[in-house]
Amino acid sequence: MSIHELYEEAQGLSTTKLRDDIVEHLYSRSHKLCKDGITYTKSKRDARTEKLDAIFTSPIFGFPIMIVMLGVLFYLTIAGANIPSSMLAEFFGFIEGYITTLFTFLHAPDWIHGVLVLGLYRGTTWVISVMLPPMAIFFPTFALLENYGYLPRVAFNMDRLFKRVGAHGKQSLTMAMGFGCNAAAVISTRIIESPRERMLAILTNNFVPCNGRWGTLIVLASLFMAANFTGGLKSLVTTGVIVGIVLFGIIVTFFVSWALSKTALKGIPTHYTLELPPYRKPKIFDTVIRSSVTKSWSVLVRAVKVAAPAAILTWVFANIYIGDTSFLMYAVEFLDPFGKLLGLDGYIMMAFILGLPANEIVLPILLMGYLSTGSLTEVDSLVDLKQIFLDHGWTWLTALNMMLFSLLHYPCGTTLLNIFKETKSKKWTFLAFLIPTVIAILVPLVITQTVKMLGIL
Amino acid sequence: MRNEFRIALAGNPNTGKSTLFNALTGLRQHTGNWAGKTVSLAQGSVTFKDKTFHLIDLPGTYSLFSNSTDEEVARNYIVFEKPDVTLVVLDATSLERNFNLALQVLEMTKNVVVCINLIDIAEQQGIHINERILTNRLGVPVIKISARNKKGFPMLLDTIDRIVSGVIDCNPVQLKYPAEIEEKINKIEPKVREVVGDQISSRWVSLRLLDGDEILLNEIDKRLKQEGGKNEHSRTL
Repeated sequence: MSIHELYEEAQGLSTTKLRDDIVEHLYSRSHKLCKDGITYTKSKRDARTEKLDAIFTSPIFGFPIMIVMLGVLFYLTIAGANIPSSMLAEFFGFIEGYITTLFTFLHAPDWIHGVLVLGLYRGTTWVISVMLPPMAIFFPTFALLENYGYLPRVAFNMDRLFKRVGAHGKQSLTMAMGFGCNAAAVISTRIIESPRERMLAILTNNFVPCNGRWGTLIVLASLFMAANFTGGLKSLVTTGVIVGIVLFGIIVTFFVSWALSKTALKGIPTHYTLELPPYRKPKIFDTVIRSSVTKSWSVLVRAVKVAAPAAILTWVFANIYIGDTSFLMYAVEFLDPFGKLLGLDGYIMMAFILGLPANEIVLPILLMGYLSTGSLTEVDSLVDLKQIFLDHGWTWLTALNMMLFSLLHYPCGTTLLNIFKETKSKKWTFLAFLIPTVIAILVPLVITQTVKMLGIL
Repeated sequence: MRNEFRIALAGNPNTGKSTLFNALTGLRQHTGNWAGKTVSLAQGSVTFKDKTFHLIDLPGTYSLFSNSTDEEVARNYIVFEKPDVTLVVLDATSLERNFNLALQVLEMTKNVVVCINLIDIAEQQGIHINERILTNRLGVPVIKISARNKKGFPMLLDTIDRIVSGVIDCNPVQLKYPAEIEEKINKIEPKVREVVGDQISSRWVSLRLLDGDEILLNEIDKRLKQEGGKNEHSRTL
């Protein structure tokens, strides 16, 4: 007898009530076990959790508290990352001197030194020194909030909004995951059972910046948005700008979810039960060590695996000449008119295109293009960095547009690959590429043209 | 003698399952991509006496029916990958809800340890748990721990150790369903055993078939074909 015949027979015996009976029986058995094996000496109510929930999930205070928490998280990240970042940059620069000496000693040809040291080594270490410190602060702090039990409350608060736009409340959780890594978040959408709502979560996850984009956002915000402030106030203004950018991304998420659930993904959101666990005092040391070591390690591995080949490629492009113009420059000139229309330029467009494998490398590639020295140049202080941008005609508008483009543009290669694996559909993967790209083009376009029309700049 | 064993961790969300996993494995963990599905499960190992226990952190679920991918992943691992021991982690402060999952696991596999976590918080709330009575009723070891404070770990590891070395014999009690359902199980179980053999609990499969779990059925079908294919292949060799 085949297993399918067996199933037919079982179905003949089955009744619609059977699943209910089975589950009911499980419950009554659980109840009996508890009656036999457990005694209570106090009332079970957890008054502290109830009181805290009244504040954290309050319709009035819930959202302001969330925004403040987000702000504090970014402030700590931005204010705390600067010093270790420059220390790392200095350290890598120091090592580079020795490596170059070694190459000279071995009489290595110039092009080997170019590819390996100026391309690979500088590209990779740049990514490490800019990305690692913010991550080493952001992840553990985020993990502490999670450990404490606050994240489920965020989901609870956001649930109302997601329901309203036709999406699933759990999307707020997958979105939170996207702040770390969009590629991982796409896999995490498996917690959403309904295929329609899951697709919404997949298609919109990209609108929260992943760790590869934090670096770009933080650097540009602190260089151009808070230029007239110093000290703590500077970090505060930078934080404000970043919170604004993140909120804008969330608004776009809602808008796209709403638009899709009215068109291509029509339907009513399904209900689910969201359990709010009690608040628990986090194990601070364990959490901090674990999330900084494991997460930061994976960022490092990624930097080496993805950024290194891209750095080599960029170096090669910048050093292959056709006539007296490098290959890279041809591409830049080709893209420039389009970039200018969006308030960006050809270099920036080029950097985003070459940055497809990983968002971490957009900024290093951009710098390399600007300097046209054929390799990444050491930029020890952020003032030098700003001067390079200013020399190429940057204004606050350019920085804002680049931040918005970075926030909204197509997902990175890994994320797209995961989207294809999860949806098994070329059509949806293409849409996951197309929707953000169209929005990323439209938003800076509108802003730039409006600013030009109003003559603010 | 074998000295490496696979221990699967199952449990409801928010029971401190991951805390336990992390506390036991320390930083000796990685993400494994295992057979058949492209789902990544965290894996890590812990050494106890002369043995190495490989821990597999299954997704947190409220039940093990075919409701969601997570539930399927957890269930398929327990049923088809056959860990040496399945650790069911329960939250001591909401046992009534948590026992459901433990009872379902007991229907599927033999070597189970019921691990009651957050015991310190439960005591604070005036919840007293008599693990002996529970051990008796369930037929498998019930252990109270606090994963946060690493309390009860020696007992837990020792119990796992004694199960894999055959000192403790687990005899999970099987739920007796109402007579009407039992009758149907009896009718179909012998036929199920013919098809699935002794590898999977035929009583449990019968229940699921009666329940109309077509997803599980397809999974079994797939696995049986793979097995068959493998056997034919080895015969030709």
